[in-house]
Amino acid sequence: MYLFDNFWMHFVVFTAIIIVFVFGMAMGFIYIERRGIGRFQIRQGPNRTGPLGLLQPVADAVKVLLKEDLIPAKGDKFIFWLAPIITFVPVFMIFAVVPFQRGALLADLNIGILYVVAVSSVVSVGVFMAGWSSNNKYALVGAMRDVAQLISYEIPIVLSIVGVVLIAGSLSMVRIVEAQTVPFILLQPLGFLIFFLGSLAEVNRTPFDLVEADSEIVAGYNIEYSGMKFAMFFLAEYCETLALSAIIAIIYLGGWNGPWLPPFLWFLAKVFFVFFLIIWIRSTIPRLRIDQVMAFAWKFLLPMALINLVITGIQVLFWQDVLPWPLIFLNVAIMIVLILLWSRMFKLGGGRVEV
Amino acid sequence: MTLVLSAPEVATKLESHFPDSIVESREESLVVKSESLLDIASFLKAAPEYDFNYLTHITAIDYNSYFEVVYQLTSTVHNNSLVMKVRIDERNNPVMPSMVNLWRGADFQEREIYDLFGIEFEGHPNLKRIFLWEGFPGYPLRKG
Amino acid sequence: MPIKTEPFIINMGPQHPSTHGVFRMRVTLDGEVVTDIEPVIGYLHRGIEKLAEGRTYKQDIPLCDRLDYVCSMTNDLAYCMTVEKLAGVLVPERAEYIRVIMAELQRIVNHLIAVGAFINDLGAFVTPFMYMFREREKIVDLFEMVSGQRLLYNYMRFGGVSHDLPEEFLPALKKFIDKMPGFIEEYDQLLAENEIVLARAKGVGILSRDLALDISASGPVLRASGVDWDIRKADPYSIYDSFAFDIPTGNAGDSYDRYWVRMQEIRQSVRIIKQAIKQVPAGKVCTPVPLRLRPPAGEAYARIESPKGELGFYLVSDNSPKPYRFHIRAPSLINLTALRDMIVGWKLADAIIIFGSIDVTMAEVDR
Repeated sequence: MYLFDNFWMHFVVFTAIIIVFVFGMAMGFIYIERRGIGRFQIRQGPNRTGPLGLLQPVADAVKVLLKEDLIPAKGDKFIFWLAPIITFVPVFMIFAVVPFQRGALLADLNIGILYVVAVSSVVSVGVFMAGWSSNNKYALVGAMRDVAQLISYEIPIVLSIVGVVLIAGSLSMVRIVEAQTVPFILLQPLGFLIFFLGSLAEVNRTPFDLVEADSEIVAGYNIEYSGMKFAMFFLAEYCETLALSAIIAIIYLGGWNGPWLPPFLWFLAKVFFVFFLIIWIRSTIPRLRIDQVMAFAWKFLLPMALINLVITGIQVLFWQDVLPWPLIFLNVAIMIVLILLWSRMFKLGGGRVEV
Repeated sequence: MTLVLSAPEVATKLESHFPDSIVESREESLVVKSESLLDIASFLKAAPEYDFNYLTHITAIDYNSYFEVVYQLTSTVHNNSLVMKVRIDERNNPVMPSMVNLWRGADFQEREIYDLFGIEFEGHPNLKRIFLWEGFPGYPLRKG
Repeated sequence: MPIKTEPFIINMGPQHPSTHGVFRMRVTLDGEVVTDIEPVIGYLHRGIEKLAEGRTYKQDIPLCDRLDYVCSMTNDLAYCMTVEKLAGVLVPERAEYIRVIMAELQRIVNHLIAVGAFINDLGAFVTPFMYMFREREKIVDLFEMVSGQRLLYNYMRFGGVSHDLPEEFLPALKKFIDKMPGFIEEYDQLLAENEIVLARAKGVGILSRDLALDISASGPVLRASGVDWDIRKADPYSIYDSFAFDIPTGNAGDSYDRYWVRMQEIRQSVRIIKQAIKQVPAGKVCTPVPLRLRPPAGEAYARIESPKGELGFYLVSDNSPKPYRFHIRAPSLINLTALRDMIVGWKLADAIIIFGSIDVTMAEVDR
């Protein structure tokens, strides 16, 4: 179901909409984040450039375009040039299947969510290319940490998506939204938490932002980048945050469903809400160490995701036609019990190593 | 209040254990020969009535004809303190035994004295300049 | 068959967003685990001990401010106490009370900055730091009322303090002290039981009791390792023996305990200031002392419990207006002695945290 009948018309219009949307929202998010974090820290954010600091992202963009593009002399120049592209393009590609409204998306693939997962994994290749070609020890350490983190958190994310897919009965994004008479966050609270934390780790946000921990290894894999290449990494992070917020809004919060407002405004509101949660966590919580991050993914999120999958499977198989409300209470209760039990048994690992 | 032990009393006690090791003992400070410094220091640390387990600081002074290295010891158990000094007359190559094996807190302080005065400490595990760079000519805190 | 690996040396260089000043560490890594560190210091060496020998005693007071610039009131206090001991100058009672109030306020400022920087190193993105600086602003405004300065106060003099308190000082101080416990509760709620702070700081970088005494550690570092040694109680100076306060002691000696001891010390400082405000008498604030003071020949060592540890000055005088030898017993330098023992075996991320929890100011280390 497409909004325009002519394929090429649809394609061109929506490509233009996506480009404008992504870049516009990314700039808007940069501004919201800086002002938002400023307010959390009892100070104003940027307020000099333009009224209320609204032109701050424009100023950032201009600054970054005008900077000298340094290339390390001994690094691998081709890979150095290629890395930002490989990091940025897949993030953009995710938006091809994000529906703003029924029929208002670039391509209604019937494997929508699988496409999203597959494409977002390519980002880790780009990150490692960046770290390797910089010929810098800090960059390499940062890149290795990042790849380990990205790979580890893919699995709980995919498993929690499978839970949603089981209930909706289809991989297509449009069908998943249409199947949400009750938003899936209520039916799959544990899945929502796992997906949320996993996506925080995928975009390298606090508490998993040790990759760019500027108080330890001074910005990790993008140390040697400056100018437009650095801007591409920076934009890639924000666009990926935007993309994952959009995915959460679609598969857990109900996409464009909602009373009296036009549907795409509901969608935007939900995306903003998720993004606000992400900023809130960033300005409040300290960061974890790499071995704690790994332990959390493999020893906590993965078993939880598996148990969630089993329970969802049982519910879909046997209680297909039951009213949603008892199931909701049951799922929330199971989530609370599981989290409490598991965190008793869970040791964050690490500790002193004898040398 | 931390009781500053009277040096003449400590001197008589030490003379009985280590004869001919005290140079002089005025009211507050005890001057000791550098050869017997290690023995006296180990005794002061181990003896239960003294039990000087805490080295407050080490410093050095350049009186033009001799160097003087000052140790201040404290006992957290008895809440006493004692000032001990050693004189070195050799200006060209002053050498002293190091206290690092008794009190590890002497580590950086002895490096500082080596850096700024040029006094070498035998037995120090890592006697390098600490503030100034390797190859700095001379020793700044010496007089003249 | 074990894989052949090579040790990997990283230089956490003097310019680093998190090393609290110009401190350099050459860290040898095996994967993520630190196998050896070598601290390199001296980037901020200004030769204060030699400079002081060329200036008169009174001209050395501003030099002492610049030693540990975060706590400059207590530096001045230690130096003035040493000269007063050397020259036999008595301090009037009102001046003693003012000195105690300033020293305890300075302790609160230092611990706020130390804890804020520590949590900042943990990664909480300057938010707690900003909150603690909000309190520091109020204290710095109080300091500006008495001395006209916000960072390097130059307020203490031989025989007392330089200016009397203006009339608006005590009411403003009272207002601040009444609200302060509420702020400490706020910080404790946010930070003390935070899962991530506990996971990153508990058990990390342990300094055992014996090692702490062996390296002559002092201040919160020593007390967190379980040794109940505070100069204000063990060797009371000024009028500390007329106040009632406790000495918080940790028992594990890890980074979390050092953070906890500092938070408790802020509470105790608030307690001391409350008592001091009630008891301040009227009177003179300074005993007159000649401008070019010539203390009798001799030596003196006086020490105080500065927020970083035991700060002492050792002065030798030869009856001239300039000191013959001016030595500073710097607590930050001596607390750093065990850095290697505390960091080896932990991961790279912990190295920064452990260093931050010792709370070092490089200006005092290097002098």
